Amino acid sequence: MDMQATQLRAGRADVPGAMRPFNAALPFLALLVVGIAFPLFGGGYWGVIATRACVYWVLASGLNLIVGFGGQIAIGWVALLTLGAYTTSVLVAGNVTPALPPYLALAIAGAVGAVFGLIVGLPALRLRTFYFAITTLGFATIVTQVALAWQSVTGGGVGVAGPVFPYPFASQWGFYYFCFGLAAICTWMTLNIAASRFGRALTAIRDAEVAAEASGISKPGLLATVFLFSGAVAAVAGGLFASLQSYITPDAFTLDLSILFFIAILIGGRGSILGPLLGTILLTVLPEFAAPLVAWSTFLYAVLLLVIVLVIPGGIAEMLDFKNRRPLESDRAIVPRPDLLVPLLGAAPRAGALTLEQVALSFGGVKAIDGLDLEIRPGQVHGLIGPNGSGKTTTLNVISGYYAPKRGVIRLNGAAMSVQGLHRRAHMRIARTFQTPRIVGSASVLENVMIGGTIDGKGTFIESLLSLPRHRRDEALLRDTAMLALAAVGLERLALVRADRLQHSELRFTEIARALMLRPAFLLLDEPAAGLSAEEIGRLGALIQAIAQSGTGVLVVEHHPDLIFDICHHVTVLNLGKILAAGTPAEIRAHREVVNAYLGA
Amino acid sequence: MVESIVSTGLAIGCIYALIAVTYNVMFSASRVFSFTAGTLGMLGGVLGSLFIARMGLPVAVGFLLALAGGAVLGLVTEIVAVRPVLKSLDQHLYVLSTLALALMVQQFVAIEWSTEPQPFPRLFDIARGGFDQQFWLPMLACAVVIVGLELLYRRTLIGHAFLAIAEDNFAARALGLPERSLRMASFALAGVIGALAGFAGGQMLLAFFANAPMLTFYGFVPVALGGMGNNRGAVIAGLLLGLFQQAANFLVGGIFASVAVFTVFIIVLLARPEGLAGASLPRRV
Repeated sequence: MDMQATQLRAGRADVPGAMRPFNAALPFLALLVVGIAFPLFGGGYWGVIATRACVYWVLASGLNLIVGFGGQIAIGWVALLTLGAYTTSVLVAGNVTPALPPYLALAIAGAVGAVFGLIVGLPALRLRTFYFAITTLGFATIVTQVALAWQSVTGGGVGVAGPVFPYPFASQWGFYYFCFGLAAICTWMTLNIAASRFGRALTAIRDAEVAAEASGISKPGLLATVFLFSGAVAAVAGGLFASLQSYITPDAFTLDLSILFFIAILIGGRGSILGPLLGTILLTVLPEFAAPLVAWSTFLYAVLLLVIVLVIPGGIAEMLDFKNRRPLESDRAIVPRPDLLVPLLGAAPRAGALTLEQVALSFGGVKAIDGLDLEIRPGQVHGLIGPNGSGKTTTLNVISGYYAPKRGVIRLNGAAMSVQGLHRRAHMRIARTFQTPRIVGSASVLENVMIGGTIDGKGTFIESLLSLPRHRRDEALLRDTAMLALAAVGLERLALVRADRLQHSELRFTEIARALMLRPAFLLLDEPAAGLSAEEIGRLGALIQAIAQSGTGVLVVEHHPDLIFDICHHVTVLNLGKILAAGTPAEIRAHREVVNAYLGA
Repeated sequence: MVESIVSTGLAIGCIYALIAVTYNVMFSASRVFSFTAGTLGMLGGVLGSLFIARMGLPVAVGFLLALAGGAVLGLVTEIVAVRPVLKSLDQHLYVLSTLALALMVQQFVAIEWSTEPQPFPRLFDIARGGFDQQFWLPMLACAVVIVGLELLYRRTLIGHAFLAIAEDNFAARALGLPERSLRMASFALAGVIGALAGFAGGQMLLAFFANAPMLTFYGFVPVALGGMGNNRGAVIAGLLLGLFQQAANFLVGGIFASVAVFTVFIIVLLARPEGLAGASLPRRV
């Protein structure tokens, strides 16, 4: 592996349009310089505004992972700010415990915030979008009500004094640098996550959930981790907020504030760090220029939200994305290089087979598949054909775990596979593609393919957060493997292009590259030739054969008989959920019933 | 005491149930849950108070104008916040667009009407009895709406058309049903029902802008628990919610009653995401 990795790393610079890391970092470095130099030209009041922007960004940076990357509509995240503000203030004031030092109280608030972030986020793991939005809203209301009612601790409507952070951050500018430093660290950490397998997995959950699961990404596990992180930073922001306000009452934490964070992220654009950062600064500063409109600020935020959703769903980030406005060359051909499959997949043939025994499944009264026997052998291409509604895709969905069969068993290597845990199929090295390509449109082709290798990363979320060596090794390896996979399917020249700019046929090959990232023992292709030109179908056939030769067992669901008969070792014909015929391509072609029912004379 | 819990609980429950029906009517026509459901309820109360108490119009006129106001907001919801994002339903942009509209209306009311709860007039000039009009009005409104909707859906042609759209949008359009007009009619109807909820419950909830998020949340609980689009489930769940909330209110106090409702809601949903009477999830691949 290492040798090919080095080989490809040398080739990476050849990728056209590759953005050098420095260019990407430039806006952040500029903001860093402005932020550090700010006290030189900012007056006292502007210092407060700048500090507030930093505090808001500490929260928004974490929320951005949930909303912008994960696509989870957490409207009431202000609840975590409230929680952090009160936890810090109350601990420092000593209403419950002996008075604690402010920095310790802030750290405790972070821990409390992590726990509550998880609790608030819990519904997102099982519920639909609107349900989650409503529950976060409900939680925000309740936290404020509790703050109002629990007078002995929170001071009720009268409120409680915010903490004062002692030396070295006691002065106004000292406190500013404290907040700025934390904001910078949050920016750095979320940038690391965005460029990690976790960030890509989040966008995959947002835009292509089934493909994420098929790649072995566990949505509950990943979202829970992100909720912990976002809850912690939001609560820390709350502690800073309390100190900045110097006195807090439940009134300070209106839903308007939550909407502000939310809009800042949406203005910025989903799946970006720079955009939401600029959005947060913009929304913090804007009211200062529109003093007469302060009463109407929430109304205006709401108008802004509506305008963004209806007019520029891509946000600032998409407007700044000049790289992806350059036209792509129009006559580009997909030329796979099957020879690269050997280094990609490894040459050794794998033992064992994937077998279906008397599998049956019905939807209501309709028998989708009815007593199906099938064997996919390593190193062979197995074709599954039949008229529409004969149960081809259902068979594929049963194998990849979307449906539990009503009867029968699926065996891998002789052992029965459990029906639970969709994402476990990836760990068994069973990969698949989809009838309609499931792609993250806003991510680059390379990133899409890297999603396929998510489970091969070794580093933890924390290691990625802090960009520790194991994270960097994972990234380099994933990137090189993905480039190899893209080269193998013939798309390496489009590696850095946004995936939603690709043609349909290119998306199909991208999906195959993503599936190859798993080094699959079994590869399930759902109508891979649909929408391809005759020439592309020929190349696809050669690629599939080469994949099988490297030891992978391939199941192809197709409507193109020519492709099936060209490349398959074994063909099963389905009709109304039952096997009409099974055998070698030659046998099937001569089978009278198949010719009558399906192929035509 | 038990009597007071039951009468208050059932009355509040009927208001929640009506808001839930408002959600459902909009959902059936468009597959969209709209944040404006609670806003409609708030608006019914505020408009009622504005027309009858502040402007001194006769009760019947004020009532009809309040319902008309609800219908208008329903139509605006459809045109501004729902129709433009229907094409990308899977991106859930409707959550944001309807939220934006709901906030706009809510803030407008807060600034132009009042940020404090305003009194809602007594509609019938009869003496306060044990079972006062503030309790039976919401119940009456709920009964009228449920019976009316049943008759509409079962007995009338336009009701059948509503059901056809709710069942299978594509097939209904293929049959030549005017999908857009039916959707607009549904949103107007939802607006009327929502405003009716706020109007009938005005004497309990008062004319207060902050009723909007409150009703948006508590009105959604019966939708989630009763199963989406299921009006009967919504009414039963709404009444149970009202009783539970009032009982908890009395036993542990107002604040912790909301905590209790919220906790029960989350736990039930986590255990049964499709609701207590719902069907399983649709096909994804």
